[in-house]
Amino acid sequence: MSGDAEPLDTRASPAEPTFSLGHFLRKYAIFLILAGLIFFFQSFEHAFLRFNNLFSVLQSVAVVALLGVGVTVTLAVDGFDLSVGSIAAFTLMLTSYAMVVLQFNAAETVVAALLTGAIIGSINGLLIVWLRIPDLLATLGTMFLLAGLQLIPSAGRSITVGLNLPDGSVATGSFDPAFLALGRYKIGGMVPLPVVIVALLVGAFWFLMERTRWGRVFYAVGGNETAAYLAGAAVKRYRVLAYIISGTLAALGGVFVAARVGRGDVFAGSSLLLDSVAAALIGFAVLNRRRANVIGTAVGAVFVGIVLNGLTMLNVPYYTQDFVKGLVLVGALALTFGIGRDRR
Amino acid sequence: MQDLSLDDIPTLRLANISKAYGPCRVLDRVDLSIGRGEVVALMGANGAGKSTLAKIAAGVVGPDSGQIFLAGKGIRLSSPRIARQSGIVIVHQSTDQLGAPGLSVGENLVLDDLCTGTFGVLAGNLKIRQRAEAVATGIGLKLSLERDFGELGPAHRQLVAIARAVAGNASVLILDEPTASLSAVEAARLFSVVDRLRSLGVGILYISHRLEDIRRIADRIVVLRNGQVVAKQVRPLDLTAAIKAMIGRDLTAMNAGRTNSSAGKPVLNLRQVRLIPGAQKFDLTVASGEIVAITGALGSGKSRLLGAVFGLTEVARGEIFFLDQPWNPKDPAAAIAAGVFMAGEDRWRSSLLPPLTPGADIAGTIALPHRPRWFPFGLVRPARERATAEERIKTLGIRCRNSRDTLDLLSGGNQQKVVIARWQAAPYRLLLLDEPFQGIDVGARRDLIAAIWATRRESATLIATSDVEEALEVADVVAVMRNHSLADLYDLRTSDPASFLAAISAIENPSYSERAFL
Repeated sequence: MSGDAEPLDTRASPAEPTFSLGHFLRKYAIFLILAGLIFFFQSFEHAFLRFNNLFSVLQSVAVVALLGVGVTVTLAVDGFDLSVGSIAAFTLMLTSYAMVVLQFNAAETVVAALLTGAIIGSINGLLIVWLRIPDLLATLGTMFLLAGLQLIPSAGRSITVGLNLPDGSVATGSFDPAFLALGRYKIGGMVPLPVVIVALLVGAFWFLMERTRWGRVFYAVGGNETAAYLAGAAVKRYRVLAYIISGTLAALGGVFVAARVGRGDVFAGSSLLLDSVAAALIGFAVLNRRRANVIGTAVGAVFVGIVLNGLTMLNVPYYTQDFVKGLVLVGALALTFGIGRDRR
Repeated sequence: MQDLSLDDIPTLRLANISKAYGPCRVLDRVDLSIGRGEVVALMGANGAGKSTLAKIAAGVVGPDSGQIFLAGKGIRLSSPRIARQSGIVIVHQSTDQLGAPGLSVGENLVLDDLCTGTFGVLAGNLKIRQRAEAVATGIGLKLSLERDFGELGPAHRQLVAIARAVAGNASVLILDEPTASLSAVEAARLFSVVDRLRSLGVGILYISHRLEDIRRIADRIVVLRNGQVVAKQVRPLDLTAAIKAMIGRDLTAMNAGRTNSSAGKPVLNLRQVRLIPGAQKFDLTVASGEIVAITGALGSGKSRLLGAVFGLTEVARGEIFFLDQPWNPKDPAAAIAAGVFMAGEDRWRSSLLPPLTPGADIAGTIALPHRPRWFPFGLVRPARERATAEERIKTLGIRCRNSRDTLDLLSGGNQQKVVIARWQAAPYRLLLLDEPFQGIDVGARRDLIAAIWATRRESATLIATSDVEEALEVADVVAVMRNHSLADLYDLRTSDPASFLAAISAIENPSYSERAFL
């Protein structure tokens, strides 16, 4: 009763939008730090700002950004897809197997990969919506399942041309050049194809999540599922859809990795999960949104990529990479949750 | 001083207490005293100031002015801890804050000792059991100490909380709506505990608007309305007079104030409906232009009835007709598409989004259910949402900076206005409102009622409220629900003011044996 009658008069007056330095800093912190880092790296290593180097940074983070966007969509519905890394790794093995052993061509392979991603995503969604397994646990289960399953067809070995199959025969297929081009072609000899595709997808998903009513429903389901349902949203459908999107994007990520490496490497997808989750979480701090958002995730992925690239150029040993990523993540989270709160 | 016997000095005396939240005066020079071994019932409608007064007595909030005396000595209760140390304890209304699930009953009984460190370092099971048994027998609580607190029903939780509260030699116990979620048997158990505490000399402030409780337990009544004490009684109690004081309006004037609407065509028709298996069948018709309020105790089936019309549950038996067609929406989406809207109870659970969610501002909150119709191609046009919101803000007098404010910035009453505004933002045939006046002040309620009246002409309105005063104030027809069935129906358009009182006492007097078990 009376507890609701909070003081009103102070904020009922129309507040002029005033410029606040603290607010500005919080909003653009990531970008300011990024600019500072670029300046720092550039002053030590003049090759840093060359187009070739910048595009190689983008190429290295494209897959992470793609998986991160999937994680972002699941975070928006208050879920969490832990299986994206495994889905990517699984598709990597699947595409290699499809071409090397089953002799699929590029188009067939890509379609099969994306379908597989969508199916795994819908299994995730159904485990969560139908069996009501908590999101983290369901996708953790799928993650294990896929990490094991990917090893079985090739008996635990990486898949290369001329693979010895478990029954003793030798695989006769090979990687379709059109497929390899997906990962290796550079438009105008400069811009890697995956970077362009991922940039377009980031744009498309930004539009979906921020500008359409469907995006609003994703976030509404995550914010208050009951309220969304009582407002007429097909809550379960949206939650399943979020996992289908994230599974499909992860599968596309696996395709890009396979096309770039040109072999079904058993270990190729190992760091993808942590990197993409980190990108999505760093994205919380971008523009001080304090929630999962597509642009933030992309910026987060690029941020990590630039830090790692710069440090590599400065000859910082590779084994410190995970430590640096962790540092960036903790810093971003502190920014978001600790000092990001605006007094309103 | 010494010639005054101890009984003459009230254990706790609140003198001249005033409290305002912003421009809203919640308490206005209130006097209240509680003597040794006395049960004082504090009555009042929603928003009358009961809870604020209780919070001041328990040190949860401080008064703006006024004094507090404990056993005749002035005291400042600057925190709940200090109040507890002085012997004033409060048991809150919500049953989920009463103890720690996962711990046993015994551990909960000594929880304060365990948490403040007065228990000592070693907390073996035997020692906990011995201490807990002492606490339990102190108020005659018979309950297995091994049981998990989480398994207990609301009544037992309440009793455990009371036992815990009075364990440290409390002299004043404040009970805030203790029977709100209790069944008859459970309430009886609570009363016997209250009796025992009274005989031990504990003064009890009993907050309730249940007449049955008050008749059974109270030695005195204090009635609050709009933050002022409007009536005081000692036994024998005249509860009808107390209700009159509580509602406080001239009933004739209240009747004259309403604009009589002529009922149009039936919109909603319930025929021979049995809400749950075993409940009585009933009929109910809501016509266009008509406002029907269902009132009844907690768990009497009001929300269930609204939910059945909105596609949340199905009725056990019988038929529902909407505009003369059989009506079984499969989910809220189907109901909304057909023009049946519902604003659920408890707005933060049922209607609002957390502030950081996109579309959690006023404009987005109003637009949420309407977007498929407003933006058929998917692209959200914020200008469209804001235009509707600004117009609603003006119509309902929502106090905010603009439509981009998130809901957490608004007061409870204004939040509730936004919820109602959402469902009035598009044309509808039937509006279902579940506890629409929950936790809002009198002014906001008046605005909401005006808004509901203003839009009722073309459509039907069905309101569920456990507060009789609200029902009488807003509705053309008041239906009383009991045990998942309609017990009485009062058409306030055709009846004289006297029937109001009949309605009130019929509604406020559901004896416990008749009350539904949840």
